Amino acid sequence: MADKSKNNIVDNELKVQENKMLQKKAQPNTDKGILEGKAFKFGDDISTDLIAPGRYFHLRSNLPELAKHLLEDADPEFAKKIKAGDFVVGGKNFGLGSSREHAPTIIKIAGAGAVLAKSFARIFFRNSINIGLPVLICDTDKIDEGDSLQIDLRNGIIKDITKNIELKFNPLPEVMIKILSEGGLVEHITKNKGFNL
Amino acid sequence: MKGVTLPKTISEKILSEHAGSELVAGDIAVVDVDVVMAQDGTGPLAVNQIKKMGFSKVVKPDKSIFFIDHAAPSPRKELADSHKVLREFAAQSGARLSDINEGVCHQILVESYVCPGNIVIGADSHTCTSGALGAFATGMGSTDIAVGFALSKTWLMVPHTIKVNFNGKMPPGVYAKDLIIYLIGKITADGATYKALEFGGSTVQQLGMEDRFTISNMAVEAGAKTGLFATDEVTKEYLEKQQMPAGCFKEIFADKDATYQQVIDIDVSKIEPIVSKPHTVDNTVFVREMDKTKVDQVLIGTCTNGRLGDLAIAAKILDGKKIAPWVRLLIVPASKGVYLDAIKAGIIEKLINAGATIINPGCGPCVGVHEGTLADGEVCLSTQNRNFKGRMGNPESFIFLSSPATAAYSAITGYISDPREVLI
Repeated sequence: MADKSKNNIVDNELKVQENKMLQKKAQPNTDKGILEGKAFKFGDDISTDLIAPGRYFHLRSNLPELAKHLLEDADPEFAKKIKAGDFVVGGKNFGLGSSREHAPTIIKIAGAGAVLAKSFARIFFRNSINIGLPVLICDTDKIDEGDSLQIDLRNGIIKDITKNIELKFNPLPEVMIKILSEGGLVEHITKNKGFNL
Repeated sequence: MKGVTLPKTISEKILSEHAGSELVAGDIAVVDVDVVMAQDGTGPLAVNQIKKMGFSKVVKPDKSIFFIDHAAPSPRKELADSHKVLREFAAQSGARLSDINEGVCHQILVESYVCPGNIVIGADSHTCTSGALGAFATGMGSTDIAVGFALSKTWLMVPHTIKVNFNGKMPPGVYAKDLIIYLIGKITADGATYKALEFGGSTVQQLGMEDRFTISNMAVEAGAKTGLFATDEVTKEYLEKQQMPAGCFKEIFADKDATYQQVIDIDVSKIEPIVSKPHTVDNTVFVREMDKTKVDQVLIGTCTNGRLGDLAIAAKILDGKKIAPWVRLLIVPASKGVYLDAIKAGIIEKLINAGATIINPGCGPCVGVHEGTLADGEVCLSTQNRNFKGRMGNPESFIFLSSPATAAYSAITGYISDPREVLI
């Protein structure tokens, strides 16, 4: 019984964090599928070991605590610098490595509105959709650290306000849009009492 | 197209059969799954998600497994709590529990659970290991696996396939690990992203099941969704030896005119002992061409190379020798079964006498949790599958990957060394 209550505490902490994040993000444009924030730029081949290091394995049942170490081996100050709504921008093969769903989850908990990359590793991409984190494939070479971005999720357009340029991203397959728009896979299964893709 | 059967790849065949409709690469379908698993790093989150969806039982208890192998036995309180969650949920939901004494998940799956033609999904990226048995086996995250436990279903995109033909005779001193590292060096760490790899060619007849597990295990290091072998007599004999139920074996092969997105032919006679250098698996070099590289720790084991044949070749090289005084040699048998066989064959005794430290079956230090974390600036030569920065618990350390033979010989010399110097 002690275990259950402990899990609930962790769950609740997570919900509180998520709610705080959502409140912070609740800007006038959000309901129109528009995201706004600053770009934090990373290189190619950002692995899940960099996103959620194995030495913090013991924090996997305490995601808000794990999120404090997000990407710290790539940028030690990153978790402190990122603000709700900002974007993680990578190069090619973002999220390669392990299946740990904790990696996209702590990116979401840290407040990121989306991850942009030239390409994604398969499991990371799928996990992100399942937990409701937008993952966008585009030419990230054109974006620099600190650029202000405005992303129109519905129409597939990224505006780099700092540079005054527009980038396009390919729309996701319908199945993924459905899962994402229902809030993730758990919500999809709960709402439809099974798969309804 | 109803009634027309197109020639299929192995992936298209297995997924079509499970979906109950004709599927081709690019199609998305909901399919029934045969084996579902999670481990102690991903299982607790899967349990939370199962509960969140309102389920309390798993659909297929005999083929739903929670493994405690990544941090086993528990090195700290938080992980002990996670293990307890898995033990209690397994008991309550009907799922099987593979506890700390059993070994690493991918080895236990191929020893006791997987049959050719199965769909296997696991919350661990190296689930592709079971592809060596002709099963469509792929890694996913905790939420997907939670749904797999609760409904015995998943959604999948049928992958395009890259056919890899290994042709020719394996040179002495070259092993399955060298073949797969060489391939990844050639096609790069995202060369097969979203795709299936199908391994064939004349060399395959020379490869035992253990070799095929090593190759399939690392398919994900090229980004692949799975890494498949067609079944043959080798597969059949292996399943019989493992005492799998009658009917487990099934012929699995691609149709003659199946459509491949790419065909890669590799002449294995040109391959030499090879390593992946830090910090990516595709950063490869033949050992012969390397600068002198001193090693502090050597690891032989894990789900990639912790099987009996791997430990046997290490023991053959280390028999009667001593490891270099500055080297720590860690041996991690992949499973309880491997460990016992290695004891019976006198392998463990030879390794201990040479200076090895034997760790209990499981993931060992590969995941960076315990049992051999590296110090700042230290170099480890390991038979594991991954060498990312920070992988073994310290971002200031350096990991090289090799075959067990290269690892064993390097433990003696204290430098990364070509095993052909002693094997030929």
